[in-house]
Amino acid sequence: MELKAVGTAGTLESSDIMVTLEPRDSGGIDLTLESSVLNQYGRQIKAEVLASLERLGVKNAKVIVNDHGALDCTIKARVECAFYRGCGCDMDGKFDWGGVIR
Amino acid sequence: MSLPRPKPERFRLRRTMMFMNAQKPGLIKDAYIYGADSIMLDLEDAVAENQKDSARFSLYHALKEIDYGDTEVIVRINGLDTPHWKEDIRVCVAGGCDGIRIAKTESAQDVKTVDEAVTEAEKEFGVEVGRTLLMAALESPKGVLNAYEICQASPRLFGVALSGGDYRKCMQVKVIPGGIEMLFARGLMLNAARAAGIQCFDTVFTNLNDDEGFRAEVKQNVEMGFDGKSLINPKQIPIVHEMLAPTQKEIAEAEKIVRAYREHASEGVGVFTLDNGKMIDIAFVPGAERVIKLAKASGIYEGDL
Repeated sequence: MELKAVGTAGTLESSDIMVTLEPRDSGGIDLTLESSVLNQYGRQIKAEVLASLERLGVKNAKVIVNDHGALDCTIKARVECAFYRGCGCDMDGKFDWGGVIR
Repeated sequence: MSLPRPKPERFRLRRTMMFMNAQKPGLIKDAYIYGADSIMLDLEDAVAENQKDSARFSLYHALKEIDYGDTEVIVRINGLDTPHWKEDIRVCVAGGCDGIRIAKTESAQDVKTVDEAVTEAEKEFGVEVGRTLLMAALESPKGVLNAYEICQASPRLFGVALSGGDYRKCMQVKVIPGGIEMLFARGLMLNAARAAGIQCFDTVFTNLNDDEGFRAEVKQNVEMGFDGKSLINPKQIPIVHEMLAPTQKEIAEAEKIVRAYREHASEGVGVFTLDNGKMIDIAFVPGAERVIKLAKASGIYEGDL
């Protein structure tokens, strides 16, 4: 499973987070984070996003994150959704719930 | 991460079953605080077609990480006529929800098809086979006519619910105060559910500004014998709980029946009369026990049964 195109998920509503993943060939993960709770939770949000990307096997990508106070469960959900949208393949019946998605 | 939820109870109390959009993080994170007996996280009509994928990820992590306590967690999956339902079932089972609401159920075969996919998913994700419960929503004239075969279609099935919006559309009727347009569907579904020994739930009431209309409908639901109702707004919950709560007189009568029955049964007597002259046998006991259970859930029971 590989990120082939730009994938976006989430909204700018309260308690949500918008995640955009843009594939690139090298240079690792370049993460830009905006958050309404940046001072208190910035580090935790970054760590959650990076951990999800690692599970999904994303090594090189530009990552733009706009958070409005999302819980951890929402952060993971949006990163995963953006990733699979960027992969662009039919995953029905094959999503790895409890494996890379956890 | 919260602990796995305990094994769901097939015939628990379900007075209020509230719909919540599984895609909206602001909603699902405190869904349990409203005090509904069950919440129904919705992957179907509340979720736009281009967000069906996204809703599943939200649902999975909500099921895994949010502690819903004693609130039952049901998921409404997309209909069998869509490309979504199979993956919906996989995520429901993998996430460990208590039950699945089957939308647009039209035949026993629909229930069996879902049952088989659930069994397959339980095996795939290492969940105890049979753990995941089912309920069927009847949304069409055909579904209503097939209510009895639907009610008997699976040992996982705990109940049937009517979905008024789609049903009224099919029948070319609008919402009528008093519910004459739904009388046949409600009556047939209730009769089928009771014949099959499962629970029965009424449709949503969508006009949130019409308090009087809502109360009238709940009153009718109680009189017709529904176990509970699907809801769309938390403000409807306390009203249903209040209106389903037994009166002190009913509680006292129920206590008398249960106590007297137990006493007589231990002496080997199966039928007897109460001091008010009413004849009692075992047929009265389940009803009396249900009154006590409702009184306890309503927080108004002070006895020791």
